[in-house]
Amino acid sequence: MNLRWSSDQLRRAWAIAKKDIRIYYLKGPVLIFGVFMPVFLFLAFYLGGRNLPLPFLLSGLTGMALFFTSTAVSPAIFPWEGQARTLERLAACPVTVEAIVFGDMIASVLFGIGVTAVPLFLALALGLPLLQGVVLAFAVILAAFCFSALGILLAVPPTNVPSNIMMLSSLLKFPLVFISGIFVPLEQLPAWGMALAVASPLTYFVDIVRYSLTGTHSFPVLADIGALAAFALVFTTHAMVLHRRTLPRRI
Amino acid sequence: MSVAIDVRNATKVFGTFTAVDHISFEVREGEIFGFLGPNGAGKTTTTRMLTGIIPMDAGSVTIFGHDIGKEAVRAKQRFGVVPETSTAYVDLTAWQNLMLMGELYGADRARAARRSHDLLETLGLAERSHQKVREYSKGMKQRLILAMALLHEPELLFLDEPTSGLDVQSARMILSMLRALNADGTTIFLTTHNMEEANRLCDRVGIIREGRIVAIDAPEKLKSALDRLHRIEVSFDGEIPAGDLASLEGIARAERTGDKWQITAENPDQAIRSLVAFSGRHGAAILTLQTLAPSLDDVYLTLTRGREP
Repeated sequence: MNLRWSSDQLRRAWAIAKKDIRIYYLKGPVLIFGVFMPVFLFLAFYLGGRNLPLPFLLSGLTGMALFFTSTAVSPAIFPWEGQARTLERLAACPVTVEAIVFGDMIASVLFGIGVTAVPLFLALALGLPLLQGVVLAFAVILAAFCFSALGILLAVPPTNVPSNIMMLSSLLKFPLVFISGIFVPLEQLPAWGMALAVASPLTYFVDIVRYSLTGTHSFPVLADIGALAAFALVFTTHAMVLHRRTLPRRI
Repeated sequence: MSVAIDVRNATKVFGTFTAVDHISFEVREGEIFGFLGPNGAGKTTTTRMLTGIIPMDAGSVTIFGHDIGKEAVRAKQRFGVVPETSTAYVDLTAWQNLMLMGELYGADRARAARRSHDLLETLGLAERSHQKVREYSKGMKQRLILAMALLHEPELLFLDEPTSGLDVQSARMILSMLRALNADGTTIFLTTHNMEEANRLCDRVGIIREGRIVAIDAPEKLKSALDRLHRIEVSFDGEIPAGDLASLEGIARAERTGDKWQITAENPDQAIRSLVAFSGRHGAAILTLQTLAPSLDDVYLTLTRGREP
């Protein structure tokens, strides 16, 4: 079996994920960018009087929550480890760079899924029907991997200053929120906005959430899932290849 | 004796600066190999290449026959590392750090727990094993890092300046543990600035300067190769004739400095015998007598002269 993906390496990736969960979940920037930011954005639009229906906004909030939470932990781990001088120790262990990246992704995925459960339960508690539970569960897992891989990809520049990466990550994340059909329905976007929307993985996840909770959608569900899977694959492979190149430069 | 580390033409270039320039050497199984050199000579870069932390630009390194570039996981499984600048996870407890190492090296949980318990006891950290490492002193952190490197019972241990800046107690504890490990068969690759440490611990030392190996041998052989003329310092309880002293068998030169004589001798054994006989003949008792053979410091300074910042 290819050593990079042996069961041994997967177990070691899980050990890295557990370490990340213990150390990074409660770090200030993770909570600010992963939890408070989507809540405040949602409240700003909800209370902003744009008369958008609550089911539409709750679906958007769910999408935004997963996007922000899954991309909150992953970009910061490499710079934090570099800054704390623990990365050299990790690099000296019999663990491949792919396993380190995958471990960080798992921690990020679990954080995303855990926090996203809150707006989902809120939506259900407010009476929204769960029309496509299995599709939604599958999409949440797939999208969490996709977004956390995007987060890891953003951490490729070999800086050991977490705030630099957080800033870079925010520069990308905020525009994506506004072009992915969360606050403005895709149908109301101008042509150039639609062209940008199809290039955002968040668009496809929000579309699936809306389909699962309200029955409406802009793209066929299989196209949404296919697009998310393709983005996840591209982000993950690029993150692994590029981190293998840049990791030695962080030490 | 089999080879633990085989380095062939290892080279590392940063931009236009060649940090390590085609170095080759072997470390034999069971020996303590000291790696010495001034700041910026390439010691840490070499150690990082040997441990697979950074890739080489040319050359090869094999650890117990495993190429560190092509079989990194298998090679890394065989050794433990105490890096110069790296630390433990300060947000975890000592116990959690050790158990993490157990998982990263694929040790089963029960074995890792047993080993962690033993190491924490041996290194004097047992009582504070469930305290976050953030609250540890530098010496305690360094002992924990050593424990983390030893958790999987490696056959080879890399240490980069393991006692630098430590209190005497922690430094002694670490050195005595290294001796015990070596006595049990562990091969040790030790990077150090401390000549006394290298002199007392190492079977062989390699000296690197400007990215190139300038000497490799046993400390005593390096010392004797440095200067074939030994110096002896002697003092008598009375006046003795200077010309007679210089003409004694085995003595090349004798110079008076204060109340002592500085003797230069090719054969220190013959010179001392001559001095004792001379003192008896002239009724002048020897008050002090010291042989001043070149120290490892002298070897180091000669080979790296003018390079230490």
